[in-house]
Amino acid sequence: MKKFILGALALVVTAFSIFPVYWMVQTSFQPNNEIIGSEVNFWPQNFTLRNYETVLFDTTRSQFMPALGNSVVVTVSTVVIALVFAFLASLAVTRFRFKSRKGFILTILIVQMIPAEAMIVSTYRVLDSWSLLNTIMGLTIVYVATVLPFTIWTLRGFVNGVPVELEEAAMIDGLSRSGAFWRITLPLLAPGLVATGVFGFIQAWNEFLLALVVNSRPEMMTLPVWLRTFQIANGTTNWSAIMAGSTLMAIPVIIFFLIVQGRMTSGLVSGAVKG
Amino acid sequence: MSPNPSLDIAPRDVDGDRRIASSQPGRQRAVKKPRAQFTPYSLLIPASAVLAAVIGWPLVQLVIMSFQEFGRAQVFGAPSPFIGFDNYVEVLTDQSFWLVMFRSFAFAAVCVTSTMVLGTLIALLMSELGKVMRLILSIGLLLAWAMPALTATIVWGWMFDTSYGVVNYVLTRWFGLDYIGHSWLIEPLSFFFVAALIVIWGAIPFVAFTVYAGLTQVPDEVLEAAQLDGAGAVQRFRLIIFPYLRSIFLVVFILQIIWDLRVFTQIFALQGIGGIKDQTSTLGVYIYQNSLGTGEYGTGGAIAVITVIVITAISFYYVRQSVKEEEL
Repeated sequence: MKKFILGALALVVTAFSIFPVYWMVQTSFQPNNEIIGSEVNFWPQNFTLRNYETVLFDTTRSQFMPALGNSVVVTVSTVVIALVFAFLASLAVTRFRFKSRKGFILTILIVQMIPAEAMIVSTYRVLDSWSLLNTIMGLTIVYVATVLPFTIWTLRGFVNGVPVELEEAAMIDGLSRSGAFWRITLPLLAPGLVATGVFGFIQAWNEFLLALVVNSRPEMMTLPVWLRTFQIANGTTNWSAIMAGSTLMAIPVIIFFLIVQGRMTSGLVSGAVKG
Repeated sequence: MSPNPSLDIAPRDVDGDRRIASSQPGRQRAVKKPRAQFTPYSLLIPASAVLAAVIGWPLVQLVIMSFQEFGRAQVFGAPSPFIGFDNYVEVLTDQSFWLVMFRSFAFAAVCVTSTMVLGTLIALLMSELGKVMRLILSIGLLLAWAMPALTATIVWGWMFDTSYGVVNYVLTRWFGLDYIGHSWLIEPLSFFFVAALIVIWGAIPFVAFTVYAGLTQVPDEVLEAAQLDGAGAVQRFRLIIFPYLRSIFLVVFILQIIWDLRVFTQIFALQGIGGIKDQTSTLGVYIYQNSLGTGEYGTGGAIAVITVIVITAISFYYVRQSVKEEEL
């Protein structure tokens, strides 16, 4: 009996969790004239792909493709640059003892807590003074700075997991110090790099506020800014196309998220509980 | 969702004895092909440069700006004289600022409390379930967690749509209530109800998974012993589970406060769907409207500096805890 109640409870929670995602997807497959009737369909009666056609190819109404291009370029550049910079920095703080080491780590942690909401005006003005507003490069730099603290902090943990003896052995066998980092440590870090990279990807892909402020010109929009513009333009008239756009934006995130989440929770706790 | 940007996801170095390679010259001599000696500082240059340029420099600018008279005229080249604390005085004596502060804190309090309680209950539920049911529940939670905040808000906005939303339909048809054409977003209180629902829905999975992962670390023997001694479920939670998970709870709690105080996307996007801006703005949205909207950069800067101070102060414990646990 107890088992039955718990099971039922679990199903209710699951349904509540999934429902909005389900609703987004199922609306996106319905013809728009059917979702604005007095009846609500809980399952597409007349399955259609027209909404996706509208979003993807109707260039007079939707700038999805250019926004997708911007998002992909900005996100991929962000992840690559952030990983390289973070790899170097995490080597410095794990493999060396030096004076300002603690200070650097502390700064990283504090910087991570500075709310982007408070920084938008000065970020805007500083980028403006460098003529980097509405450019891929400008947004990428801002995103690199946004994800760097988290990336360094996380990679640092992974580097700690690679025994330093391996590097030392390689150096005795004739590798230089940088050679040891490059040929020994880096390959062993692959899982860590993937996990951290994916999280950087998700953050950059979803980021809305800075993109809204920094790249406001229509041809420079990223997907989140596009989605909101598209929603404002079609809010009362074409919800099924908006849901198609939302689905397209959410899919990569959901897939990536499912890939790394296992690593995330297992690692999260290993250090947090001691005793 | 918010893939947590700050908790450590990396496996930690358990044995504290593992030593770090020293950069003393003796080691270097063992290397056959010595290259130019590179120092840890050179490894830090790229990261430090980016952070200094994109966060440090704007932060300095922000603070300076908050002490200047800085409006539209100054953007177009007029001199911007220093006016001491005038901007701060103006902000702190402005009633609308305090209203926004109150709104943000009240909203965060409701969201954080609900998220923590529900998330913990779901974590406890997960630990009681069989394998299959737990997997089903996990997948459901993961989907909610993975949803980008903006898409989530737009989808919820559609579900609560005045004319064709599924919520009004269900309330009317299934429960016999009169919700035909009911607008959820026009009234501030019910606007915040919807906003809180979106935020809580998106944040529960993080809390649930984190607490659940912590629960798996509580030794079974202790719980069994307590049960044999006659401790009820509530007592077991209060006297055993909670003390074990204390640091997890605290860290999650602080992160939730910060995230919910800063909430921007959900409120901003929901206003775009149908809220009244003046009555529903929280701190983040208020800064956005006040500086980019009106061009009053000076006062906007003062509000921003106050926000930075408040948030950083709240995160103090989190930072200290991270540093302590890592045994830097």
